[in-house]
Amino acid sequence: MPQDRVRNFSIIAHIDHGKSTLADRILELTETVSGREMREQVLDSMELERERGITIKAQAVRVNWKGHQLNLIDTPGHVDFTYEVSRSLQACEGAVLVVDAAQGVEAQTVANAYLAIENDLELLPVLNKIDLPQANPDAVAMEVAELIGDDPENVRRISAKTGEGVADVLDAIIERFPAPSGNVEAPARALVFDSSYDQYRGVVAFVRVVDGSFRPRERLRAMAQGTRFEAEELGFFAPTMAPAESLEAGEVGYVITGLKDVSRLRVGDTLTVEARAAAEPVPGYKDVKPMVFAGLFPTDSDDYPELRDALDKLKLNDAALVYEPETSQALGFGFRCGFLGLLHMEIVRERLEREFDLDLLVTAPNVAYIATTKSGEVLEVHSPADMPDEIERVEEPYIKASVIVPKEYVGAVMELCNERRGRFDHMEYLSEERVVLIYELPLAEIVLDYYDQLKSRTRGYASFDYDLAGYREGELVRVDVLIAGEPVDALSLVVHRDSAYARGRALVDRLREEIPRQFFDVPIQAAIGSRIIARETVKAKRKDVLAKCYGGDITRKRKLLEKQKAGKKRMKQVGAVEVPQEAFLAVLNLDEAKR
Amino acid sequence: MSGARHLYVHLPFCAYRCGYCDFVTLVGRRGQHAAYTDAVLAELELERPLLAGELDTVFLGGGTPTFLEAQSLARLLDVLPAAEELTIEANPETITPELARCLRLHGVTRVSLGAQSFQPHLLEVLERRATPDAVRRAFYHLRDASFDNISLDLIYGIPGQSAADLERDLEAAIALEPEHLSLYELEAKPGTRFTHAHGAELSRQAEAMEHYLERVVHVLRSAGYRWYETANFCLEPGRAGGRDLRSRHNLAYWQGRDYLGLGIGAVSTIADRRWRNAPRLRPYLDALAAGRRPPREVEPLPPDVRVRERALLGLRLDLPLALGSVDSALDHDALARMQALALVERRGENGSGTIALTERGRFLGDAVAAELIA
Repeated sequence: MPQDRVRNFSIIAHIDHGKSTLADRILELTETVSGREMREQVLDSMELERERGITIKAQAVRVNWKGHQLNLIDTPGHVDFTYEVSRSLQACEGAVLVVDAAQGVEAQTVANAYLAIENDLELLPVLNKIDLPQANPDAVAMEVAELIGDDPENVRRISAKTGEGVADVLDAIIERFPAPSGNVEAPARALVFDSSYDQYRGVVAFVRVVDGSFRPRERLRAMAQGTRFEAEELGFFAPTMAPAESLEAGEVGYVITGLKDVSRLRVGDTLTVEARAAAEPVPGYKDVKPMVFAGLFPTDSDDYPELRDALDKLKLNDAALVYEPETSQALGFGFRCGFLGLLHMEIVRERLEREFDLDLLVTAPNVAYIATTKSGEVLEVHSPADMPDEIERVEEPYIKASVIVPKEYVGAVMELCNERRGRFDHMEYLSEERVVLIYELPLAEIVLDYYDQLKSRTRGYASFDYDLAGYREGELVRVDVLIAGEPVDALSLVVHRDSAYARGRALVDRLREEIPRQFFDVPIQAAIGSRIIARETVKAKRKDVLAKCYGGDITRKRKLLEKQKAGKKRMKQVGAVEVPQEAFLAVLNLDEAKR
Repeated sequence: MSGARHLYVHLPFCAYRCGYCDFVTLVGRRGQHAAYTDAVLAELELERPLLAGELDTVFLGGGTPTFLEAQSLARLLDVLPAAEELTIEANPETITPELARCLRLHGVTRVSLGAQSFQPHLLEVLERRATPDAVRRAFYHLRDASFDNISLDLIYGIPGQSAADLERDLEAAIALEPEHLSLYELEAKPGTRFTHAHGAELSRQAEAMEHYLERVVHVLRSAGYRWYETANFCLEPGRAGGRDLRSRHNLAYWQGRDYLGLGIGAVSTIADRRWRNAPRLRPYLDALAAGRRPPREVEPLPPDVRVRERALLGLRLDLPLALGSVDSALDHDALARMQALALVERRGENGSGTIALTERGRFLGDAVAAELIA
């Protein structure tokens, strides 16, 4: 297909604003999927694809409209995957910005719109759900126009649900979005904007051919990582896999690589053909590094091999997931895992529990610190327990957060951000009613419960997004917890010096409630280095006997003691002290009032 | 197997039900006392092959055995096999001089009197009808009928009971010079109306009452009683003309012996089986009237379970437990830990040695036992 008849685009939207429904309508309207085949949300439904025996999720679908080839490129839906989103956008020339006509502009709308503008994409603003009674298209059109610097008249009004206005959107895509402008004769270059793993075919790369052309059975090379492989098959999704004889400059499709591990072909890398090798890769490749870390331990230590296998399997499909074995004296054998962010952590945890049926204990998440020791050594620290004692300086990751709220909640959001060491950057009115607040915050301050707090203090009205904003030095200290004099690695925290006392106190109080009384007094201490900052004692039990035990009570009594004995086996042993597993989660939900 | 030497008979009838009670009891039902007695005797006949030729102990428990209509009670006592120790449980308000004489006449050797408390306000919380003086009168009626082995039941840890209340109760009990005392901490069993009314108060005062058992042990020992089982005390032989006043029937439970139980809700343990008669009266009466065994719930007791029980129960006593008899039921790492914490004392060599709880270990007996079992 000549490039001037090709259009590559994404649909970007805040969650639930109707991205998937619009994609479905487009597939239907272009007869890519027949009405009978049509199922709700074809692009988004992994379950459905599994039912049909397709394990490769379509990241890009080719449709035909009025003699043009349109490639609809899917973007990951969340903040943690900003880099992946930006690569997907880089594969496009335009983006349809979908905004719910009732909800208005939300944090992800803003983040995605800015990302699209940064990638020089042409934006086509669309108001969705205009059929809803609570829709307020005039006001929302103003917000959208304000956001992207366009005329409210240019904001199209559609209902993806009923199909109203969708054909106009397709026409506008052809009319307004530029055609690709690659050099068909130049050495081959293709941007990898996503990849997935299929157990039979290995890694499948989703690519946008920038220059030249690709054909099956050619030797290819990933330019940043240096990985070499043969293109076993090329093609596109329509919406199922359709092999093709070539992929030409400007086109979007897939390459079956036969590679056995997604980490060997990272998103953002550039593929070239060895025989017609390009000199320069497509710019913008980044090695994405995990920012949030947590320990994952099986509740039952016998499940360790299952956890390892499950992580190995997830890793095949999730290049951003990193993990290394970790041994905690309190929790036994497990893994320290690195995630792109909180949602990524949640997704991994949920998949481990649901798909692999594992019972997990997840320690409080922490961020990656950069510590410089007194001897000048620079370390990346992934676990509070690993923070060296003698430090010259510590740097921690910061984020730039944008929070969108109705104006009456501005005070509540500011209060929360100030409590979390936030630095106010600026504030803008999106409309008369709604405000976007931009703050810089240490990532460490949002990994615990910032999002929950934000939601509860704004009655659920706030939407939130963030971008990493580099490392900065912080007045950080490591707070250790000692139970009966033994430091407990899994309970160490790195906190700002100013809040160390309050956090140590709160943690010690929580632990006193969580640790049952034992045969002896159990002191619980919080310490910075050798200085004790808080102390509590779980007093020894004085009495633990059931008074009455005669002929009719024996079975009940025996079963009670057997149950107690079994309960002890589930406790974690810290020195001579039995600590219930729940106690290790104490650090996760320290009473807000005590912070 | 030469047969069980211990017989328990459950007599469920009561004049009323006390709030804290979770035993199998039936209020009133005067008209059914004779039929119930017939049924118990019929069950005895069915199970007689399980009993030894001579019994060591018979225990009539309840309910309120002394509430059983007099003719039925006399008939029961006459027909039950003879035993060296024949105990009956009694409520103070049921003991008249006539009943006391009648019990003595029909071979009862020991009476366990449910005093519970001598403080009117605590008796009220427990919903007991007897006044403190009624308890004393009942005690003297028994003495007058020449009973020389009387046990008093007391309850402590009653909602609102102060440390001084406890001292007064112990003092009042000691003043009567009973041969035996059982001290029960009040258990608020889930589902009783007592727990409904007082559960919150009980959990509030739990910590304040934590030392009550220590106090009980101290006071009773000072008065010459032996703390021979977690909840039981008897006069030292030196103060009782050399008699061993421990409850022989209950010792049989704690030493893991076989026993046969008759009546609704009664439990039997013989060889590798334990069974509990269903607690409902009508099916019990109907089955036995038809010459059948009553409905039961049977629990198999493999040898390892009986050994474990012997260990758990034996640790309640003040006598050392021979390791050889319970060794296979013990977690030896835990045993070493408990020794290191001075909760268990071990004497003698492996195999032939003994273990016993230390003084502090006895106050923590359940927690220690839970550690020790394998």
